[in-house]
Amino acid sequence: MKNRDRTPKTYARITHPLVRDEKGGPFRRATWDEALDRAAEGLRAARGAFGMFSCARATNEMNYVAQKFARVVMGTNNVDSCNRTCHAPSVAGLSAVFGSGGGTSSYGEVDHTDLIVMWGSNARFAHPIFFQHVLRGIRNGARMYAVDPRRTSTAEWAESWLGLNVGTDIPLAHAVGREIIHAGLHNRSFIERATTGFDEYAAEVEPWTLTVAEQVTGVPAEAIRELAHAYARAERAQLCWTLGITEHHNGTDNVRALINLSLLTGHVGRYGSGVQPLRGQNNVQGGGDMGAIPNRLPGFQDILEPDVRRKFETAWDTVIQPHYGLNLTDMFEAMETGGLKAVYCIGENPAQSEADSEQAVERMKRLDCLVVQDIFLTKTAELADVVLPATAAWAETDGTTTNSERRVQRVRKAVEPPGEAREDIDIICELAGRLGHAWKYADAESVWNELRSVSPDHYGMTYERLAEHQGIQWPCPDTEKLEPTYLHGRLWEADPAKRGRLAPFGIVKHDPPVDLTDDQYPIRLTTGRRLDSYNTGVQSGSFASPLRRGEYVELCPEDAERYGVSVGEEVRISSRRGTVQAPVWVDPGLRPGLAFMTMHFPDEVDTNQLTIEANCPIAGTAEFKASAIRIEKLPAAASRS
Amino acid sequence: MTAIPLQPPRRLIEFTLDGQETRVPEGSTLLDACRAAGKDIPTLCEGDTLTPKNACRVCVVEVEGARTLAPACSRRAEAGMDVRTDTERARHSRKIVLELLASSTDLSTTPRAAEWLKEYDAKPARFGPDAARLNEEPKIDNDLYVRDYDKCIQCYKCVDACGEQWQNSFAISVAGRGFDARISTEHDTPLTDSACVYCGNCIEVCPTGALSFKSEFDMREAGTWNEPAQTETTTICAYCGVGCNLTLHVQDNEIVKVTSPHDNPVTHGNLCIKGRFGYQHVQQH
Repeated sequence: MKNRDRTPKTYARITHPLVRDEKGGPFRRATWDEALDRAAEGLRAARGAFGMFSCARATNEMNYVAQKFARVVMGTNNVDSCNRTCHAPSVAGLSAVFGSGGGTSSYGEVDHTDLIVMWGSNARFAHPIFFQHVLRGIRNGARMYAVDPRRTSTAEWAESWLGLNVGTDIPLAHAVGREIIHAGLHNRSFIERATTGFDEYAAEVEPWTLTVAEQVTGVPAEAIRELAHAYARAERAQLCWTLGITEHHNGTDNVRALINLSLLTGHVGRYGSGVQPLRGQNNVQGGGDMGAIPNRLPGFQDILEPDVRRKFETAWDTVIQPHYGLNLTDMFEAMETGGLKAVYCIGENPAQSEADSEQAVERMKRLDCLVVQDIFLTKTAELADVVLPATAAWAETDGTTTNSERRVQRVRKAVEPPGEAREDIDIICELAGRLGHAWKYADAESVWNELRSVSPDHYGMTYERLAEHQGIQWPCPDTEKLEPTYLHGRLWEADPAKRGRLAPFGIVKHDPPVDLTDDQYPIRLTTGRRLDSYNTGVQSGSFASPLRRGEYVELCPEDAERYGVSVGEEVRISSRRGTVQAPVWVDPGLRPGLAFMTMHFPDEVDTNQLTIEANCPIAGTAEFKASAIRIEKLPAAASRS
Repeated sequence: MTAIPLQPPRRLIEFTLDGQETRVPEGSTLLDACRAAGKDIPTLCEGDTLTPKNACRVCVVEVEGARTLAPACSRRAEAGMDVRTDTERARHSRKIVLELLASSTDLSTTPRAAEWLKEYDAKPARFGPDAARLNEEPKIDNDLYVRDYDKCIQCYKCVDACGEQWQNSFAISVAGRGFDARISTEHDTPLTDSACVYCGNCIEVCPTGALSFKSEFDMREAGTWNEPAQTETTTICAYCGVGCNLTLHVQDNEIVKVTSPHDNPVTHGNLCIKGRFGYQHVQQH
């Protein structure tokens, strides 16, 4: 076994603007004026064919200004961020049911609940401090159930682990629902008062008996039954999920199937009972809340509502397009057809984070103008015509971010940015100025106050109050009061007027993964995060983690034996889209026919060459969690030993 | 399975503290009462995010009618109690505790230790140069943190933070008995062969600097660690969506260590490896 160099590629900060004198030519250093002029020129030429990739890593204030740039300066709703590659289905599912795209509970409620279901979530690794709340809950007497194809370190803490086949979440959820109904454990009065579509739902889940579900999901009938009874009988229950639910071609349907269970049992809208998607980036919740998505204006207000549009048109002195814009996935498709000619990409790295990454790169190369604003020269920035050096939001700027429990918290500047790097908002305003909109913001707080004036959910959150309360959860419409820590208490109101819009059951059907396994590609590859690494590794690769061991393809001991491969041995991994080479790791938490990889070391092993760009039709999220692959032993001569 | 009942409002308890009538919410410790009254009681093993362990005895106070001195950090206030914090007996006990600790361990990086030794007129040197000391080199077996057990007073806070009170990783525990007792990984292996996940939550609670960030350790060795010149700014972690609060300690525009506010509702002072150590990317120029 070769002693692999565990130091991944590290990225140096960009400290001055870069431009190219011709397509395909080399970068050269430029002044800010020259770089901004060029960027403005490129964007101006592409009016009507423009897309904005905003940044789920930057502040709310930056996201607010970025979406305003797209809508006011460029006149388009084509603005989106990497939420599309992770939790867009959660937002779509939650807002379809409850009218609001946030998790309904708070972390503190997990400490005090009676039952916790972790579905498609390895929070022990991916959200370690959230998992401390889960552990507290367990220490306080709660029972935890883990639903995951892998027996993860989260599952180690579970009462029971339901190891389902990848992509069979809907059959499992439906079987749980059917069992609850047949055992008479559904909350009839809640269903009657607060929901619609129960009869249709009951009919939809009726075929999913425990036996049928066992055959499809691979989970023993008795384990499904136990989960159903535990969830329905619990006084309070939390249902949490992560990308195991959303990164499927039918992610929104998966989310709806889980929310159905909370409606069935009344585990929503009460202290300790709720549904929580665990968000993957520091501000992916806030980016959407700020309107950096193609279908919502700031404050998660629907673009299709004429009153909402009118309010923003008055506030911004502009005309808002009365239709939804393109989402990230649509924008990539539009690059292919020429419908999108210029992209302003802030702090995103789609060249490595998109499914089927090779295709994503080819598409970006077709753009007339790609402006990238980032702190590193990422793979995406290397494709750009103009590169603008920005600040690292969390340590070099002031502002706010919004976490998974809807808590808006202050981000504060602690260090000076390197070289000529400038704050995102300044750069966007400079470009806006060159394109005829003289925007002046004295500081992040003035941006925030503008947002407060147009978003009722944020109106009560002054910077002063955010500091005083260590963050405030939305909704916060009042500058004096705080709302409960959970959402949708209204569903329990006796008065129908106060109850508001009833929550519809989602009538969704099982749809297996698009990338089928067969004789040629017999192994199911699923992806996820490791404890010490993050996304494409640009940010997490630079500290000396003793846990880091680089990228491996993880197999179960049985499969390793079947293919005659051992730990550390390089193998060839092929899907219908691409081939990569990686060493083997053996994980007894996997089952025969299931392999696991991450996207943390794309410069070493580009896992997203294997993944499929089969997208959720509602939310546009790709099916990162289910590809079909084949593992081949390398010929002796070729293997590095 | 029972629901967690909502707590009734807490009553106020009245008792006498150094001759003054005092009222504190039911369930408060004597230390809480002292702090609320502005009294400065030394503490070492007490941790605001941990259950009291009563290991160091440096916070003892005298309770009228009690045979022994009471540790203020864990003794709860009761109605009608008469508590004295500054009696000869309490001061003498604190002095002995400080002398014993300072003679057997290196308190050079313990905040306020020098001040307390002076205040209580403690003379650790009186036990002579042969006082029992561990005399071992700091353990540097990874790039993130250092364990210097010459500075360890065995308060068990790191064990509790790593174990069931917070992290539940159980990488370290108490090994040996009596004079041989010490904090250790399983079979005393290097940290890299242990269950450690490098969250640094043990360092967060260590009262003496026995556990320290490698960045701080190296700067102290080089003589460049300058705490008064550092700024502390609380911001939000740039990794996952949990939204942990990070306090960045910055010296000469470089982040030198990361902590988290102990009263924060998201973290309670705890972080993971990424939040605690994954900051270098911003300072690679």
